[in-house]
Amino acid sequence: MMRLVATLLVLIGLSTGAAMAESTYPDIPKAVGAPHPEGNDYMRINHMRLMRHDRDLTVHEGDRSIKYSIKECVACHAVMGPDALPISVQEDGHFCRACHEYAAVKIDCFQCHNSKPEDGFIDLLKQTPPATDDEIQAYLDGMSQ
Amino acid sequence: MKLPALNNKSERPAELNRREFFKSGAAVASVTLAPGVTLMAFGGEASANADPGKRWGMLIDVNKCSADCNACVTACSEENGWKLDGNPETDPQWIRKIDLKHKETGREASLPMMCQHCEEPPCVDVCPTGASFKRVDGIVLVDKHICIGCRYCMMACPFKARSFVHEAVEDQKSNAPRGKGTVESCTLCVHRVDKGGTPACVESCSATGNGAMMFGDLNDPNSEIAQALKNYPSMGLRDDLRVNPGIRYTNL
Repeated sequence: MMRLVATLLVLIGLSTGAAMAESTYPDIPKAVGAPHPEGNDYMRINHMRLMRHDRDLTVHEGDRSIKYSIKECVACHAVMGPDALPISVQEDGHFCRACHEYAAVKIDCFQCHNSKPEDGFIDLLKQTPPATDDEIQAYLDGMSQ
Repeated sequence: MKLPALNNKSERPAELNRREFFKSGAAVASVTLAPGVTLMAFGGEASANADPGKRWGMLIDVNKCSADCNACVTACSEENGWKLDGNPETDPQWIRKIDLKHKETGREASLPMMCQHCEEPPCVDVCPTGASFKRVDGIVLVDKHICIGCRYCMMACPFKARSFVHEAVEDQKSNAPRGKGTVESCTLCVHRVDKGGTPACVESCSATGNGAMMFGDLNDPNSEIAQALKNYPSMGLRDDLRVNPGIRYTNL
C-alpha cells in the first residue's frame, strides 16, 4: 500500500515539474519579416557573433551593406504595444528580453542602440528581398573561417 | 582590384587591410591556398565605404557665418539625437557656435566648432583601448563598443571637441548610437557620407542661404573644396600643433 502511495506521489511530482518547466519557457514574439534562412536554432546560438562581426566592419570600414545589423533586428522583431507603436527593451514582452531574461544574460546593446525601430523602417524591411541560398552559404563559410 | 594608394605625405604605403584582402578574394570568388584549403570571400560583393584614397574635410567661411544663426547646431542635434542638458560642464560637444572678438581691432566673428578630424589626432594617440581611431578616409571616430570612458581623449583634444555621456540615454537615432559611459564627438555624419551624402550641418547651412560650410574630398584636386583651398587663403585652428585638421577656416 505504502509503495503505491509513494509511486503516486512521485508521478504527481513529475507531472507538476513538467508543467512548471513548460510554463516558464519564454514566450517568443513572432517577427514581422521573412524567417531567417539559416533557421532559428542557428540564430539563437550565433546571433551575437553575426552582429559582432558586422559591427566592426561598419564602424571601422564604413561597410553599410552588411547582412545582419542591430537596426534590422529591432525592426523585424518589433513588438507592438497597446498604442500600436513598437515597445522598448525596458518594457515586458520585448523580443530580446524574452530569451535574455530566461537565460539570465544581460544585454549591453541597448545602452547605446535604440531598441525600437525608426519610423517607416519596418515597411522598408518588408520590401527587401530575402537573401539567396548562395549568398547565405558564402556568408556562413566566411563566418566559420 | 584597386591597389592601395600611396600616402604622399610620408611616402608610406597604406596598409593592405583585412577588408582589402578579402575584397581581392571577392574578385576571384575563392582562392585555393592548398589542396583542400580554400579561402572564401565574405558575403560576395563587399563594399567598404571608407576609401583610403579620400580625405573628407570641410571649409568654413567665417565671413558668411552669421552670429545669430544656429542652424548647423540644431541640424546636428536632430540628426544625431543629442540634446543640451543645460549644464555647460557636461553638455555634448558635437558642434557649438563660438563668437570671437579681436582685442585690438574689435572685429567680431562667429564660427561653428566641432571635431577637426585631424590627420594626426591626439585623441587617437592617447586612447588606451583603440576605441578612438581614424578611418582610412580621415574621419576620426569613437568605437563605443571598445570605449571604456576613461576620457583621456577629451583631455588630449586641443579643441574641446569631445564630450562624455553622463546620463543614460533613451530613444537614440539608429544612425548615431550613443550611451552612458562612452565618449562621443562629431562623426562628420559618417552614416550619410558612406551613402554619398553630406553632413547635416553643411546641408542646413546651405538651406539657410548663408552657405558658410563646404564639404568634400581634400585629396581630389578637382573637388570644389580642393579648388577653394588652392585659390584662397585658409587656416586650420591651432596650426602650431601640427595636427593638420581636416576642417579648415577662411576669413578668420
